[in-house]
Amino acid sequence: MKMQSEDVGITARATSIVDEMKKLEGPLLPILHEIQNEFGYVPREALPVIASGLNLSRADVYGVVSFYHDYRDQPAGRHVLKVCRAESCQAMGGDEMADRLRDALGVDWHETSKDGAVTLEPVYCLGLCACSPSAMLDGEVIGRLDEDRIGEIVAEVRQ
Amino acid sequence: MTVTIYVPRDSGALALGAGKVADAIASEIRTRGINAKLVRNGSRGLYWLEPMVEVETSQGRVAYGPVTAKDVASLFDADFLSGGKHALSLGDPEEIPYLARQTRLTFARVGITDPISLDDYKAHGGLVGLEKALTMTPTDIVRQVTDSGLRGRGGAGFPTGVKWKTVLDTPGELKYIVCNADEGDSGTFSDRMIMEGDPFILIEGMTIAAIAVGATKGYIYLRSEYPHAERALNEALAVARKAGVLGKSILGSIHAFDIEVRMGAGAYVCGEETALLDSLEGKRGQVRAKPPLPAHKGLFGRPTVINNVISLASVPIVLDKGAAYYKDFGLGRSRGTIPIQIAGNARYPGLFEAAFGLTLGEIVDKIGGGTKSGRPVRAVQVGGPLGAYFPRELFDTPFDYEAFAAKDGLIGHAGIVVFDDTVDMLKQARFAMEFCGIESCGKCTPCRVGAVRGVEVADRIAHGVEPEKQIELLEDLCNTMKFGSLCALGGFTPYPVMSALRHFPEDFRPHPVREAAE
Ligand SMILES: Cc1cc2nc3c(=O)[nH]c(=O)nc-3n(C[C@H](O)[C@H](O)[C@H](O)COP(=O)(O)O)c2cc1C
Ligand code: SF4
Ligand code: FES
Repeated sequence: MKMQSEDVGITARATSIVDEMKKLEGPLLPILHEIQNEFGYVPREALPVIASGLNLSRADVYGVVSFYHDYRDQPAGRHVLKVCRAESCQAMGGDEMADRLRDALGVDWHETSKDGAVTLEPVYCLGLCACSPSAMLDGEVIGRLDEDRIGEIVAEVRQ
Repeated sequence: MTVTIYVPRDSGALALGAGKVADAIASEIRTRGINAKLVRNGSRGLYWLEPMVEVETSQGRVAYGPVTAKDVASLFDADFLSGGKHALSLGDPEEIPYLARQTRLTFARVGITDPISLDDYKAHGGLVGLEKALTMTPTDIVRQVTDSGLRGRGGAGFPTGVKWKTVLDTPGELKYIVCNADEGDSGTFSDRMIMEGDPFILIEGMTIAAIAVGATKGYIYLRSEYPHAERALNEALAVARKAGVLGKSILGSIHAFDIEVRMGAGAYVCGEETALLDSLEGKRGQVRAKPPLPAHKGLFGRPTVINNVISLASVPIVLDKGAAYYKDFGLGRSRGTIPIQIAGNARYPGLFEAAFGLTLGEIVDKIGGGTKSGRPVRAVQVGGPLGAYFPRELFDTPFDYEAFAAKDGLIGHAGIVVFDDTVDMLKQARFAMEFCGIESCGKCTPCRVGAVRGVEVADRIAHGVEPEKQIELLEDLCNTMKFGSLCALGGFTPYPVMSALRHFPEDFRPHPVREAAE
């Protein structure tokens, strides 16, 4: 069955990541980053592998994964759009730009669009406050969000 | 002769198209067969002019900006490589008043050098502080830092030298230097600019700290929102290791030290030093009760120096020029320079490093040029999401730790967010509570529950439900959070909330009354 072989793939890959990184001091976050890097999220199946590799309980690992905003428990869309909602961007009309983006993409915060094109995530400051309002699309920084830039973003994720 | 062209690799410049500009310049160089070299420098911090392109001409550096990819061909046509005139000409960048009026000590090299060229770094005075430190006793290094008056730039303003002395005096075979590069405060970007624009200064500062306290391992805990800083740091660390600035023998001495970058995972509270240490250890980023101090039992229970990026990056100049030189800048108990970050609705947003003591009004109106929207400035938030909102009436407050505290505010990480008169201060107060709720580590009730209650109360005020009673409730709630919270997330959220209420009470009155009053 496909599901099963996927599970096996995840377990195998997670095992090799854990083996490779567990000698680091404080290895859990680096391992989780690597796993999310690899799969696009932190699969449930990876948790027991990490737990046994690091001598932790499964609950400990889950507690850490759920604490941090960055770790996803399911795959994201093909693109990930982070939009800053913090004060400097608010002062430059960021809320309105975010509303327009949500309308244009048909997603709310933390959601993935039905066509799987994009996941929208709020962030609280990208350090781009001197060119607010700002956003980040798949790791690419975007400053001075305006209608034109929003149009470009929408076109890019819909491609 | 090869001409050198500079296009910033700084995230802020990239966010405004610097990457495309650099590509366009590279392609013109190729097609025109010109002998030119492209260097990706840091940003000068004049963000309304970014992407700002500079050329090294026989008469010195000449700047053009803001440049888009479409302007590039015309720049070549105007012979900008010899400083030719163009609509985007800015002349000598150092003579642009915004830059000319600054006192750049920590940011002396940012925008000038190639951030990952150690030769450039050395040619511009880099490593002199470290070389001097290597000839001094640990006690003397610590004394220099103490005498300089340098206080932590991460927010709390604790004397850096005093912290180092505690770690020096604590016995331990293994000690750590941890750099707090979480820079979570909205309206701030100075840490990012240093890490992207002059990473060697941070490496040098951390190495001096290591020699001073006897540490052998350093970590830079970097927020995950800063991928470009991660790249620049890792490139610089590789260069530093190869050149023997880091490693088993620092610059040929008996000291060993190395640094690793560790990424955060999106949690504002991990900027709090004890939560940061827990996060580095691989735990949930929850705040630890103090004592023990990190200086006694920090990372993995070992004596640990934990300092902000700018604190550490200000150390090389102290060692290089001496404590007295640094201390000569500033006033009162706020000594040296502070990189002020002007953000939000500002006409000239950017980084302005100056000695302490400018008034808030000078910074906002004269340097920041008022609002970008052209409307009146109504409020400015100083010191990030936990900082107070200041009205114009308090614009005579000098930028100084104690002066801000006396006005129930804080300097924090020195970010200033400007708002025009369209701002709704009840909404800002509500956001402060909402943010506290989203980012609370959950350890104490006043913060975890208080923040959620705060949002509800703000909503009831907005809907005109028993406003007087709700305002009383809000004040009570703020009091409970202020005195019952373990750390400043819950403890300082009352600053933005109460300052909004105190200075802008009209925004908290029910709308009918508000309209009648107008
Ligand atoms: C909720 C919270 C968030 C903080 N975030 C940061 C931060 O992002 N960067 C930082 O340098 N300090 C931050 N601090 C302050 C640190 O706890 C600590 O004071 C600092 O790392 C000490 O370094 P310094 O003395 O060099 O400033 C934060 C504090 C709190 C309570
Ligand atoms: S005040 Fe909030 S963030 Fe700070 S320790 Fe308490 S619950 Fe955690
Ligand atoms: S507040 Fe939006 S980038 Fe800093």
